[in-house]
Amino acid sequence: MRRQRDNATTRSIAVGGLARVEPRVWRGAMPVQFLYTAGAAGERFFQTLKRKGIFTATHCEECRLTYLPPRLYCERCFADLSDTWRDVTPVGRVYTFTIVHVDREGGPLSSPELVAFVRIDGTDGGLVTRLLEIAPEDVRIDMSVEITLAPPRKRRGTLEDILGFRPARSVAKRPFTRR
Amino acid sequence: MKRKPRRKVAVIGAGLSLFMRRALETGKELSYYAASQALETAGVRLKDIQAVVMATAPDAFDGVHMKGDWLLDGAGGVRKPYTRAYVGGGSGVFSIISGWTLVASGLFDLVLVVGEEKMSSCQPHPQGAFLTIFDHTIERPLGPNLLWIFSLEQHRYMSSYGIRNEDIALVSVKNKRNALNHPAAQVAANLSVKDVLASDVVAWPVHRLMVSPVSDGAAAIVLAAEHVARRLSEKPVWVQGVGWSLDTSYWGNRDLAYPRYVERAARMAYGMAGISEPRKEIHIAEPYDPFAYKELHHLEGLLLADRGKAPDDLARGRFDRTGELPTCPSGGLMGVGNPIAAAGVMKVCELFWQLRGEAGARQIPGNPERGVAQAWGDLMQIGTVAVLGVH
Amino acid sequence: MAKPARAVRKMDAPPWLALRGSPLSDDEFHGKVSTTSWIPRLEYGWDAGIAISRFLEGLKAGKILGVRCRVCGRTVTPPRAFCELDFRPMDDWVELADTATINTYSICYVTWDLKPLRKPQIPAVVEIDGTTPRVGFLHLIGGVNGSSVEAIRKQLRVGMPVRAVWKKPHQRAGAITDILYFEPVKRHPER
Ligand SMILES: [Zn+2]
Ligand SMILES: [Zn+2]
Repeated sequence: MRRQRDNATTRSIAVGGLARVEPRVWRGAMPVQFLYTAGAAGERFFQTLKRKGIFTATHCEECRLTYLPPRLYCERCFADLSDTWRDVTPVGRVYTFTIVHVDREGGPLSSPELVAFVRIDGTDGGLVTRLLEIAPEDVRIDMSVEITLAPPRKRRGTLEDILGFRPARSVAKRPFTRR
Repeated sequence: MKRKPRRKVAVIGAGLSLFMRRALETGKELSYYAASQALETAGVRLKDIQAVVMATAPDAFDGVHMKGDWLLDGAGGVRKPYTRAYVGGGSGVFSIISGWTLVASGLFDLVLVVGEEKMSSCQPHPQGAFLTIFDHTIERPLGPNLLWIFSLEQHRYMSSYGIRNEDIALVSVKNKRNALNHPAAQVAANLSVKDVLASDVVAWPVHRLMVSPVSDGAAAIVLAAEHVARRLSEKPVWVQGVGWSLDTSYWGNRDLAYPRYVERAARMAYGMAGISEPRKEIHIAEPYDPFAYKELHHLEGLLLADRGKAPDDLARGRFDRTGELPTCPSGGLMGVGNPIAAAGVMKVCELFWQLRGEAGARQIPGNPERGVAQAWGDLMQIGTVAVLGVH
Repeated sequence: MAKPARAVRKMDAPPWLALRGSPLSDDEFHGKVSTTSWIPRLEYGWDAGIAISRFLEGLKAGKILGVRCRVCGRTVTPPRAFCELDFRPMDDWVELADTATINTYSICYVTWDLKPLRKPQIPAVVEIDGTTPRVGFLHLIGGVNGSSVEAIRKQLRVGMPVRAVWKKPHQRAGAITDILYFEPVKRHPER
C-alpha cells in the first residue's frame, strides 16, 4: 500500500478535536568539534610509524595475543602490556575487501575504491585500509600485501600517514596468523 | 520500596586514574587504569568478574557515538554481560546502584563498576554538547548556555533563604583544600573566600572558582555478594541502601530552592538502610558538588541540614574534615575534578577508604561507620544516592 | 616516544598504589602529540509537536496561550499535550496575560564557549500571571540599564513584576523569540 508522505510543515492537524494547528519544525545544530589524542599506546604506534616506517605491537604472553593496533592492556586477562612492545613489519594479507562505488553522500565515485581489512603478519590484529596498485578484478582474499606510506617528511603521526597497502613485491611464505 | 533486598552486597576494592585537564590516554586506557587498580585492591582477577557496569555521560563529550560499547575492553567487559548506566551527571552513583541490583538480585556474585569521562576531546568547550539539553523549540532560540540554569538555581536558593555568596564560596575553599591530600586531584588549592569571589563572574551569582573543571579521568569499584565478600575481604564495606528519583523535565516548574528529587532518593536509600535519623546515623557525606552551591543544596535534600541552613553549618565548621559531619573529605568535584561519571564513582571510592579507616591524610576522625554518596544529573532532575557502612 | 604513564604525588593517602595518567600541556595537546580532528556536521530539524506548535501560533498573534489540566487543575505555559502528573490530555486552552513575576534571574557574562560578553545576558525563570504558582519557564530580561552586577541588581529582584516586550507583528515568526524579553513593570518606580 502506498501512502502519501506527510508534509509536516503544511499539514494542519486537529488538537484536542477543537482547533487546527500548523506543526512547526525548529532547525538547529550541535556545535561540537573533536580533537582526539591517540592514547598512550596509540601515541607510541604513530610516532614509531612516523619515524621508522614500521608498526609496533604489544603482546600478552598469557593469552598469546599480539595486539595491533597496540593496546596498553590485554582485553582478555587485563595484563599490563606496557613493557611488551615489539616491532612489526607492515605486511599482511587481505582478510576481506569491498569495492566502493559511491561516496558518503551516495553520489557516484569517478573510479571505484578498493577498501580492505588487512591482517598484519605476526599479529592478531590488522586495519581497514585502501588497496593500491591493483585492479579490483585482481584482488584475492588472503593475498599478500605491503604498506605504502607517505614520504617521511610528510608524515604527521596519524592514520593518514598510511596511504594504503599494495600487492607484496616479494611473495615470501608467511605464517598464517591465529585468530 | 515494597521489599527489602535478600542479598547483602559489599564494595571490596576501589581504583582511580589521575584526574586531569587533558590526558594523553584514551578513555579506554583511563578506564583500564581505574578498573585494573580496583581489581588489584580487591584481590580478584578479571576472569573472576561475572558482569561489568560502565558509567559514562554524554557520547558527545568523548566524541564517540555509543561510547559505552567503545569503552568495553578498557572496562573489562569483553565476553561478559555488560551494561551502560547513564543518567547524565548522576551516572556515577547510578552505576553503583545498577551494579548493586545485579548482585542483590542473585544474578551475579562479583561485578566490576567503572566510571569514565574524557571531556578534553570536545572543542572548543564541552558545553557545545550540553546545549542540546535545552528544549529545542522554546529554550534554545533564546541562546542559553549551561551556566544559566545553575546560576538561576543558585540565585533562587540564595533569595529564598537570604544566603550570601560568601557563604557559598566557602564550599570551594573547603573542597579545594581537602583535595590537597588527594593524589588524583586536578584543582586542589589553598584559597580564601576572597580569592573565590575575586575570580571572574561567569554568570552572576556564579564565579569561575565556584565551578568544577573540565576533566579526563576514571574510577572503579568491585562489588561482591556477601559470601564472596567475606571470603575475599577482611573489611568489606556494605551497600546498605540505594535510591534514585527524577523530578519533572520542566525544570522551570521545579522548586529551584530545594532539590526534592534528592530527598526522594535519600528517603528510599535511608529506608532500605534502616536509617530514621540521618543526622545521627550518617557520619560522612560525599554530596555532589559540580557547583559550589550544589553541595549545600544537596546536603539539605539529603536531610543532613535544615532547609536554607546548610551555609550556616558550613560556616561554623560542621562540614570540615574534623567537623561533626565531614562532607566531601575527598575534595569533591570542586577539588579533585569532574570527569562526570567517574566523579560519582570517585565519591563511592572515598567512602570505601574512609569507612575502612584507610584514608591516610584524608582520614576523618572517630571511626566513621556509615556514609552517604550522592550524585545529580540528567536535566538537573535526578538524585542518585547510595548509603555505605561497615555493618 | 610515548611518555610512560606517570605516577605523581605519592602521598600518605589511598589508594596507596600509584595513580596512572599522563597530563598534557596546551602545547603538547596542540601539536606535540598525535591528534586527530573531527568536525561533524550535526544538523537537526526538531518537531515542535502539537501543543508547542499551537503555542507558537499564539505568540505570532501576540498572545501567550496556556493549558489547564482538568484533573489537577494546574494551568501551565508553555503548553503541553498531556499532564505529566495525571497522564491525561491537557486540552483546556486558555489565553493568558503577558505579564509575569521573576522567579529567579542571573547575569551571564560569557558565551557557551566561555568567550566574554561585554553586554551581559539576563536569563530568568518567569511565572506568567494566571498560571499555577511555580510554573515558570526560561526567558530573558531586558530594559535594564548598565552592565555591571551592581547596576543590574539595583533594577531587578526576585518576585518583581515584568511584562513581555514583543517583536512588531510583521517581524514575528511563531517562535519563542517573538517575545524579545520581559522588562520590569514600572508601576511603583523603585527609589
Ligand atoms: Zn591476556
Ligand atoms: Zn494534571
